[in-house]
Amino acid sequence: MATILTTGRRRAATRWSLAGLLALGTPLASPAQADETFDDAKLLLTNGVTSVEGASGGGLASWSTIAGRGTERAIGVSAHVTAIALPDYGWQSHGVSVGIHDRLELSYARQNFDTRKVGAALGLGHGFKFNQDIFSAKLRLAGDLVYGPQWLPAIAVGVQHKRNLDGAIVRAVGARSAQGTDFTLSASKLFLSRSVLVNATARLTKANQFGLLGFGGDKHGKHSLQVEGTLAYQLSRRLAVGGEYRTKPDNLGIAREDDALDMFVAWAPVRNLTVTGAYVDVGSIATFGGQRGGLVQLQLAF
Amino acid sequence: MMRKTVLSVALGIAIMAPSAVMAQEVPPAAESGEAPGDAQVDRDAPVDWDREFGVVRKTRDPVTGEIPVDPYVQSDANAGASPFTGEGMARAFGGQPGIRRVVDRFVELNTTDPRIKAIFGEHDMVRLRRTLFEQFCLILNAGCHYTGRDMKSSHKGLGSTRADLNALVENLQQAMRENGVGFAAQNRFLSKLAPMDADVSERGEKRLLGKRR
Repeated sequence: MATILTTGRRRAATRWSLAGLLALGTPLASPAQADETFDDAKLLLTNGVTSVEGASGGGLASWSTIAGRGTERAIGVSAHVTAIALPDYGWQSHGVSVGIHDRLELSYARQNFDTRKVGAALGLGHGFKFNQDIFSAKLRLAGDLVYGPQWLPAIAVGVQHKRNLDGAIVRAVGARSAQGTDFTLSASKLFLSRSVLVNATARLTKANQFGLLGFGGDKHGKHSLQVEGTLAYQLSRRLAVGGEYRTKPDNLGIAREDDALDMFVAWAPVRNLTVTGAYVDVGSIATFGGQRGGLVQLQLAF
Repeated sequence: MMRKTVLSVALGIAIMAPSAVMAQEVPPAAESGEAPGDAQVDRDAPVDWDREFGVVRKTRDPVTGEIPVDPYVQSDANAGASPFTGEGMARAFGGQPGIRRVVDRFVELNTTDPRIKAIFGEHDMVRLRRTLFEQFCLILNAGCHYTGRDMKSSHKGLGSTRADLNALVENLQQAMRENGVGFAAQNRFLSKLAPMDADVSERGEKRLLGKRR
């Protein structure tokens, strides 16, 4: 080929409109390629995993990422199941999220917290389960996790409305309410030059043990400012390791509440699946201390 | 990240041609859509598509094999990123021969990738391979000057999106991986390219509210 074609765009555009009108009955001009509703086009692992509240992020921290693998002209969806085994408790949570234009995230998560033998000791009955529904929304205000200036992280605000389904019991242990709403502000950036992801989140919350023991207490009843941080290192496109720390309020007089931390490995064997394994330390829960154990999460995303 | 190499883009053809062809191939539908009084066109006559689209044919330079572009000011600043200091990154890529292999494989992957090959379809791959090599070589501090255009004008009219850019990044990662560039060095190189996203992807976010682009 010794020649190449260049085109007079105005004439072509006129022709396009006419052809579209005649052949399809739609006079609207179309973009170069039709935008796919689900483009499944984020870079691997950049949708994060799912936090305990159902928002995309690390295991504990809510990042400023938007769930699903959709980019800014598409929609992404995500579903997850998480299991945590602790010495005296069991945790199972699951949920779904939708990410719209990599801008707005809406998510739902259900938490089921198995008290096992502790349930009998507390007079709730062996294997009593605390349940909680969480409805969340997150809006990315500015920046991007990967692209754009290195100094500008993705910045997002979030709201997480939590509805504990065991109101009578959490009030009996001293909580002021069975419902509460957290507000988050987070900044996340993948520093490619170092292959390091950094996240910092501020959270206003009243939740006792994430809300499983209700909201507010005899020691402190109002929202308090808590922080969560993540540091992760990307070993390959498919594999990242890291650690997180999350402070928690200490509102209840009957049981001390500790901060939580985790160390995780996130692996994307295929582009739509992220498998996360973590060591988790949540300290003392309802007077039973030293709650350290393992977390496994499967996340499917499109 | 990558640069288009022909000034006036033939992208219009990729966009417009299918519908125009469709209108030709389904005369009954077209006919029924026309008002009775419209000017009649001889549909049996062969269509001069070059004329329809205002096509101008350019001839490749017999020496370089490249299609000439309109004049512009050459500068290393056009590469869109400051070079690394030291020899570490050039060594990680295997020097100029290694960079050339990465670029050739990168171009090959892009032009065969069903997600984005249409963007490259009507462009000068000879020039792209040369200018891309120069850009990579300059940024990696492997001893080159960049003679191509700046990122914004070289990507003008491509209509590319973040999804296209991500596909491109994946292809570059594959090209680097296949040529033995370690992952940390891959990411370091990408850190020079990632801030260019606003210049190389044209169609931004689809807005939730208001007029859509």
